Amino acid sequence: MSAPAPDTVAGLPGGAGPPVAETPRSHRGRWTPYLLLFPGVAWLLVFFVVPMAFLASQSLQQGSIETGYSVTWHIQTYGDALSAYSSQFIRSLVYAATATGLALLIGYPLAYAIAFKVGRWKNVLLVLVIAPFFTSFLIRTLAWQTILSTQGPVYSIVNHTGLLAVLKWVHLVNSDQLLSTPFAVIMGLTYNFLPFMTLPLYASLERIDMRLLEAGNDLYASPFTAFRKVTWPLSMPGVVAGTLLTFIPAAGDYINSKLLGNPDTTMIGQVIDGEFLRVLDYPTAAALSFTLMVTIVIIVVAYIRRAGTEELV
Amino acid sequence: MTDASTEQVRSEPVSGRAAAGKATAAHGGGDLQMRSLTKRFGTFTAVDDLDLVIPQGSFFALLGPSGCGKTTTLRMVAGLEEPTAGTISIGAEDITATRPYKRPVNTVFQSYALFPHLDIFENVAFGLRRRGSKNIKQQVNEALELVELAQMGRRKPGQLSGGQQQRVALARAIVNRPSVLLLDEPLGALDLKLRRQMQIELKRIQTEVGLTFVHVTHDQEEAMTMADTIAVMNQGRIEQMGGPTDLYENPTTTFVANFLGQSNLVRAKVTSRGSDVLEVEAEGQAFTLPARRSFSDSDEIWFGVRPEKLSIGQGDAAEGLRGVITDTSFIGVSTQYLVRLPWGQEITAVRQNDGAPILRPGEQVTLTWDPRHAFALDASQDAHAGEDFGEGELLGSKG
Ligand SMILES: Nc1ncnc2c1ncn2[C@@H]1O[C@H](COP(=O)(O)OP(=O)(O)OP(=O)(O)O)[C@@H](O)[C@H]1O
Ligand SMILES: [Mg+2]
Repeated sequence: MSAPAPDTVAGLPGGAGPPVAETPRSHRGRWTPYLLLFPGVAWLLVFFVVPMAFLASQSLQQGSIETGYSVTWHIQTYGDALSAYSSQFIRSLVYAATATGLALLIGYPLAYAIAFKVGRWKNVLLVLVIAPFFTSFLIRTLAWQTILSTQGPVYSIVNHTGLLAVLKWVHLVNSDQLLSTPFAVIMGLTYNFLPFMTLPLYASLERIDMRLLEAGNDLYASPFTAFRKVTWPLSMPGVVAGTLLTFIPAAGDYINSKLLGNPDTTMIGQVIDGEFLRVLDYPTAAALSFTLMVTIVIIVVAYIRRAGTEELV
Repeated sequence: MTDASTEQVRSEPVSGRAAAGKATAAHGGGDLQMRSLTKRFGTFTAVDDLDLVIPQGSFFALLGPSGCGKTTTLRMVAGLEEPTAGTISIGAEDITATRPYKRPVNTVFQSYALFPHLDIFENVAFGLRRRGSKNIKQQVNEALELVELAQMGRRKPGQLSGGQQQRVALARAIVNRPSVLLLDEPLGALDLKLRRQMQIELKRIQTEVGLTFVHVTHDQEEAMTMADTIAVMNQGRIEQMGGPTDLYENPTTTFVANFLGQSNLVRAKVTSRGSDVLEVEAEGQAFTLPARRSFSDSDEIWFGVRPEKLSIGQGDAAEGLRGVITDTSFIGVSTQYLVRLPWGQEITAVRQNDGAPILRPGEQVTLTWDPRHAFALDASQDAHAGEDFGEGELLGSKG
């Protein structure tokens, strides 16, 4: 997934230079890139490529826990799994995309404010952004059960402002409660992955030279146009990184839908979890995992192409 | 003082004004005027009660030491800094409160501020696109040709050298044909040859298009060769303003006398004030100077002569100052001598290398000058004001 771009290697000293006399120095230089890459590549091999191959092989096996499994190239497992769980699959992608969109809407202004507007409160706010990480994912998600409960203030505000009716209308809420609804799951996802959105956004915004905006203003761009033509494109690396870091884990998440949703909000991660640990149908679980991964890779590649990272110097 | 010199600037004819008609500034023009313009940062006054009129179509240079408020002044004109007090207007229109993107003013930033995500072409096209111009491609290509970067249109700023980036910044501003173009040390990163070339180009563009240029520079030679009017700025104030020759020949303060070129200042006392000639006495010797070149009301004066106005003679002359050479620096076109006078003060004399033998330290010399070249400044000022800045490169170090 993160194979080094070939030109990175070529660009390093001695990588692809003209032939020079063999001196000890150039000899050592030639091996430097490989030495630097070794730990990362080894890590990827042991903890990513090997498990991936194992998973792929498992998805093509048949058998049972008692009799053992053997590779039979039973492609049908994929077809069966996908037709059985297509709705959970699509739902996962939709929920993850929605949560990513929301996180971007919340995270961008937040990161912008931290980068440019809050002065000396910058560090305090950054600590607050990552503060949720001090407690476990599980506990934070459980806390949302309390936050969204019908006795809580959020419910009464949403109810009294008529927001509940709106949420019902768009089918994010299907009963008279906030908990155990698609709304709750999406909120949980948004909340849990917001820091992964905010931090890369902050990092890329903070790097922007404010004098570029002045230059934009000087060249007849209103503050809004200057944002559109200068700030936004320059923050694209952060947007791409933030959305990926939010979307990818959100699409595979199974805690939020389990704790905040209902049987109709089941996401694919939950299904995989069940197949692996309760039903013990390893081939189906492996086939679903593999499909999810390939789908995400395809989405990510398409997205990066569209977002035009080659523009980002 | 300011107003008087303004009048003089106003009369400066701008050649090529007629040609300006075709490609002229898109916005209504007019003189750029600053009235009591002041900028304070906290308690620090960066620009102090500035009054300036820069006539439309003139090439105005703002010269001064680092930190004297040049950039701050430009930023206020561009609208990037809000004045603490005072007004700015172009022609009859007061633009003090106008948002920067609505001002008919463009800036070549000291830091270039090129957009790193856009290629060179798009950088230059930025202003044109915002205003929905026609023929963007042609205009941009012309501007790039002007700065000799026609082949670089598709490169990103990061792929250019510092000098090339600076020229892009220039093209990006000029292409908009603003009423007023603000240039904040736009040639600072260029090598000498390219700088001279760009100076000529800039001057040509300015006369052809008839834009008002406000040019900030550290390089006094640049200011003197290019500008119609130079303002010497010091600690947020305009110290003196005028045409290059006027400023150089008739400095009215010790700061200008030392900052623009070099000056030899000797303590003297006025002994008689005629209508044409002033008689003064310094260290027991009598000298004269033209009355109109005295800028002191008091009788305590600094008697000044520029180093290149001194002629160095050997042997005993009745006139002039005797001294001993203490240092000789060969510069190429000229040689600079440091001469110690009988009362211990060292002054500088510069002699063209016209073939005369170079004098060695220790030799006895007599310095003479045409009395018309002498000037007088008020002695209440520090004789060394403005000495530590600028200069140096132009005439070599003072040893
Ligand atoms: N935003 C600011 N806050 C506080 N002080 C400032 C600010 N901007 C400028 N100054 C101060 O105002 C003074 C004038 O600054 P300015 O940038 O105008 O100088 P300059 O003449 O352009 O100098 P240089 O030739 O080095 O570019 C300096 O002393 C500077 O420290
Ligand atoms: Mg400056």
